[in-house]
Amino acid sequence: MAFRLKLVPDHTRIDFFRWQWLTFGTSMAAMLASVILIFTVGLNFGIDFKGGTTIRTESPTAFEVGDYRNALSDLGFSDLAITEVFDPSFGADRNVAMIRIGTTDETGSVTPEELNRIEAALQQVDPEITFAAVESVGPKVSAELIQTAFYAVGAACLGIMAYIWLRFEWQFSIGAVVSLIHDVLLTVGLFSLFQLKFDLTTIAALLTTLGFSCNDTVVVFDRLRENLMKYKTRPLIDLMNLTTNETLSRTIMTAVTTAIALTAMLIFGGDVIRDFVIAMLFGVIVGCYSTIYVAKNIVLWLGVKRDWSKKDPKLAASPFENAERP
Amino acid sequence: MLQIDRWKRILIIGLCIIGIGFAVPNLFYGTVESHNDAVAEIERTGVETPELAAARDGWPSWLPSSVVALGLDLRGGAHLLGEVRVAEVHKARMDALWPELRRALADERATLGAIRRTPSPEGTLRIEIENAANIARAVEIVRGFSTPVTSLTGAGQQSLAIQQAGNAITVQLSDAEKAVTDDRTVQQSVEIIRRRVDEVGTREPTIVRQGADRILIQVPGIGSAEELKALIGTTAKLTFNSVVATGTAPQARPGVGQLVLPSADQDGVFYTLDENPVVTGEELTNAMPGTDPNGQPAVDFTFNPSGARKFGAYTSANIGQPFAIVLDDQVISAPVIRSAIPGGTGQISGSMDFDGANRLAVLLRAGALPAQLDFLEERTIGPELGQDSIDAGRVSSVIATAAVVAYMIASYGLFGAFASISVILNVILILSVMSVMGATLTLPGIAGIVLTVGTAVDANVIIYERIREELRAGKRVAKAISDGFNEAMSAIIDANVTSFIAAAVMFFLGSGPVKGFAVTLTIGLVTSVFTALFLTRLMIVLWLEWRKPKELIL
Repeated sequence: MAFRLKLVPDHTRIDFFRWQWLTFGTSMAAMLASVILIFTVGLNFGIDFKGGTTIRTESPTAFEVGDYRNALSDLGFSDLAITEVFDPSFGADRNVAMIRIGTTDETGSVTPEELNRIEAALQQVDPEITFAAVESVGPKVSAELIQTAFYAVGAACLGIMAYIWLRFEWQFSIGAVVSLIHDVLLTVGLFSLFQLKFDLTTIAALLTTLGFSCNDTVVVFDRLRENLMKYKTRPLIDLMNLTTNETLSRTIMTAVTTAIALTAMLIFGGDVIRDFVIAMLFGVIVGCYSTIYVAKNIVLWLGVKRDWSKKDPKLAASPFENAERP
Repeated sequence: MLQIDRWKRILIIGLCIIGIGFAVPNLFYGTVESHNDAVAEIERTGVETPELAAARDGWPSWLPSSVVALGLDLRGGAHLLGEVRVAEVHKARMDALWPELRRALADERATLGAIRRTPSPEGTLRIEIENAANIARAVEIVRGFSTPVTSLTGAGQQSLAIQQAGNAITVQLSDAEKAVTDDRTVQQSVEIIRRRVDEVGTREPTIVRQGADRILIQVPGIGSAEELKALIGTTAKLTFNSVVATGTAPQARPGVGQLVLPSADQDGVFYTLDENPVVTGEELTNAMPGTDPNGQPAVDFTFNPSGARKFGAYTSANIGQPFAIVLDDQVISAPVIRSAIPGGTGQISGSMDFDGANRLAVLLRAGALPAQLDFLEERTIGPELGQDSIDAGRVSSVIATAAVVAYMIASYGLFGAFASISVILNVILILSVMSVMGATLTLPGIAGIVLTVGTAVDANVIIYERIREELRAGKRVAKAISDGFNEAMSAIIDANVTSFIAAAVMFFLGSGPVKGFAVTLTIGLVTSVFTALFLTRLMIVLWLEWRKPKELIL
């Protein structure tokens, strides 16, 4: 018999609801913790959302962040942050720093004179310094961008909810959306916890995560619907376990291939895009978890219409009734 | 599910081959790009130099020659988001209306009494008349200057909004007229910025209107956003005015129809000028950088016939008098007219270097912006950083693909190899579709492709897992495969539609790199469904027909 790598054995009979209070409770606690983190610690907004200027400097000689800070402190910027950027692909002759300056102007971005003074001051410290990228966003635009970002995440959630409602039942769409909110909150919470840069690309990553997480949820729901029609009398909780066991191999398989691809990007993709990849990778893992432990729990509690051949809502069975219907 | 007509087979394979064909130019990016540039250059100038011909012949013209456009974050360049100060135009319109109104009202001085303009917010015109009793007559005269607005939404409305209170009349543009004016202002600005950027001759600039009063300008390959700002940040409004007096006091009281402007290069020198220009920059036909008699940089210009006539008449009538060359409310120079200038040519000299002269010539050729721009967002990406990102993206896509292929083959054996071929072809198809569509690849877009490598196998995985189950249920190989495809279908469609919703939202609400990412993701969704449902199936069917297996280990 040929070798086949199977992360999941052929027949699993895992009871996914055995620890449902623990798993669901953990999820809810994590969501709450994320909300608390977001409101207390806050997010490390990039200039897209906060306004201001970032300058990426590169130099063949090593530098001290303190030297840069001293050089710039005389220029009178109140809101100044300098961080050194590390990447495995950088050699000793490649030293990268990110300088961020808060916004100085009311409508526009940093003025050319200020930029010239900054560049001149840095060149005095290190004559070999080059400016690889300079980006500047005025507060007017950043306020709009953050608003658009909120709309985007909201619109995506609503769109997906509507589609699932159309294709399945409303219980499924509630389940899917709660798991989506779970994924978004946890990912944003992670960004708050580690103070990763939160900007427009992070929103793109969040939306992708939504798509992926939902993709996973839909595959499981699709199977559940099939099983609901096949086994008309088995309790919902059993059918859910059956469905999850049946689709477990696929869930793991897809999560692993996606994670493999993203990990390659995380390691070799360079520092510019690292935070973006972190958001997606984390989102994929959380999305996978939330399908099994969040979305289904919600559907289980809401109950589903069991007899798909009749249109009488009274026949909708709650799993707790556990009753057989002709 | 296992019967595929011959024409369908040919179609599927044909599509894949065409896809590969259109992706190939991307392997020779530099060569193809210089080929395309050379072709465009030869077409534009009509001149075929040996270098251009060599660049053109570097890539055979019968091969597909479209390549994926690289976003600013990959190619390097400058990005600016400007907001047009549309209110400036409202103000200019009102200021221009005042002399005409005054003339018309003055004709009825007998009934209206003295007329004067009193201070009012910018963009409005407040007129007081002496005889408040006859205000209705004044309003009537003012109303005569109003015209019906010609636009779809503003139909039936007048261009001026006129309010009357006591002996004062306040005039401003009506909302409908403002909307029409703003629209035209922004459109003109886009057009003039395009001309200016095209004059500098960079490749594929993006200049698009965004929202009501914003313009997005992206120019690949330009050194910095500051350079771009110097080019489009000035309005370049050129006028030639007659000089009434020269002084040192900025507060000099100008007479009616006069204005005081500072000198551009001499501190503390102010000119009192006639408000109505003799000629304006709009009547220029050409402007070229040159040198003045002292060898200093200057700009030579040529008027169109009507401009030449006016300029000739003015200069011949005012020999010995100074006249001022005014650019953006600064007097560049105020030479004394030595002789009549009938030919319609002239020269602007003053304190400028060669770069400045060159830029001024470009600005004058392209025309003046109707209003000033405020820059809300500016980004400069160095070309080296872009190249680093491309390299990193390339390495990580290759590694990601190799790892996924290895994992798929380890999991599903031969069928895993089929899925791997699909996945690789999927990446090729994404690139070819993007090339043909002229879509822009951004750094997040590369991440999108890598992500697609991971998720594209999903459709295959759903099918294979289903086939495994059917096999376990004891079905024959062909039946199991056929059922596997059938049963997996709805899950695959649903799963991709939800991803598509997320991508569509990103496309419509996102900007720049995010939009690029959404495009890549959407194309990837479509191609991955195609490769999973058609290509993988075709490979499996061909294998079944060839080997007629009695059993299948999956």
